[in-house]
Amino acid sequence: MGMMLVFVLILASFLGFELISKVPAQLHTPLMSGSNAISGITVVGAILSLSGAFVIEGEVMTIILGTLSVFFATINVVGGYMVTDRMLSMFNTGKKGDQS
Amino acid sequence: MMNETVINGLYIVSAIFFVFGLKMLGKAEQARKGNLISAIGMLIAIVTALISQSVLEWQWIAVGMIAGSIVGALAARLVAMTAMPEMVALFNGFGGAASLLVGWSEYHRYTVTNTYMEANVLSLLIIILTIVIGGATFTGSIVAWGKLSEKIPSKAIQYPGQQFVNVLIAASLIGAAMLFGPLRESLNVDSYILVIVTIVIACILGITFVIPIGGGDMPVVISLLNSFSGMAACAAGFVISNNVLIVAGALVGSSGIILTNIMCKSMNRKLTNVLFSGFGATKASTGG
Repeated sequence: MGMMLVFVLILASFLGFELISKVPAQLHTPLMSGSNAISGITVVGAILSLSGAFVIEGEVMTIILGTLSVFFATINVVGGYMVTDRMLSMFNTGKKGDQS
Repeated sequence: MMNETVINGLYIVSAIFFVFGLKMLGKAEQARKGNLISAIGMLIAIVTALISQSVLEWQWIAVGMIAGSIVGALAARLVAMTAMPEMVALFNGFGGAASLLVGWSEYHRYTVTNTYMEANVLSLLIIILTIVIGGATFTGSIVAWGKLSEKIPSKAIQYPGQQFVNVLIAASLIGAAMLFGPLRESLNVDSYILVIVTIVIACILGITFVIPIGGGDMPVVISLLNSFSGMAACAAGFVISNNVLIVAGALVGSSGIILTNIMCKSMNRKLTNVLFSGFGATKASTGG
């Protein structure tokens, strides 16, 4: 199981290296913001830490840590996607005039 | 609760959405659609997580998600256009904090169930790694946010003994990791104190990492911190053995490095210059 996860890690890392190439300068900030939203995937870990195999039911500290982490990760996800969309919406309308 | 094959299948679907979303975000005509596709991937991952286990503390998950959504949506909606980069830094910091808390919570489970001594060394070291990367990302991003919004002076701040402080931080983190993992049986240290100390040092690391860097270089630093928060999510994925965290975290971690490099090049800077310009050599020429 552990080795399998390392395998997944290595392949995904190489994929990430290959995905980004020649990004136009105006897109640097939106791309950064968009991938930042993806790093909010830790919300899945936060949810799982409050469920099933992970939580000790009713244990206060576990609940505090889990709830806080769900809260922070959700800000990252929701805020991240919305702010990226806002950036890109301005970018699109601004660019229509001088399409090269 | 649900069939494991179905769960993993859904996680794969969401990973595919992330890959296409990232790819499209790099192209002008498709960027907005790409962001939407990656958001759908995230939705699938979250729903899958919610149905994958018997969710015990569902009311707390709901509280966290609703409060987080409100705060995130308001922040994204209300922020001024010019202030968006620092808002991204702040969001990124919260992501790092969330990873830190996932690591902490997993450690806490070991203590409550009294299984710390039986846990394998590698799992413990990964918990420490998650805490360190997550904590440094958290405070580093807060400092970057402060510098960009001029809440703290945006110029490169240097202080005597900088290198010594950094070496000290690195050494103490390695020391803590050793005491926590491989040496836990031979040394009689309360592991909970060790975890708290590690969290504090990781948070100091984030500050000392970003504080010497000038405001003009902040976009590059935020991009790098974004890559770190991906790695933190990835490490958290190892802590709870979850594929989608590892895939998405690794994607962000590695693509973030490439983007950081591209941004450096477009500013005619070298990454090493950006990161270490504050250290040593250029002490005389502290520019604003």
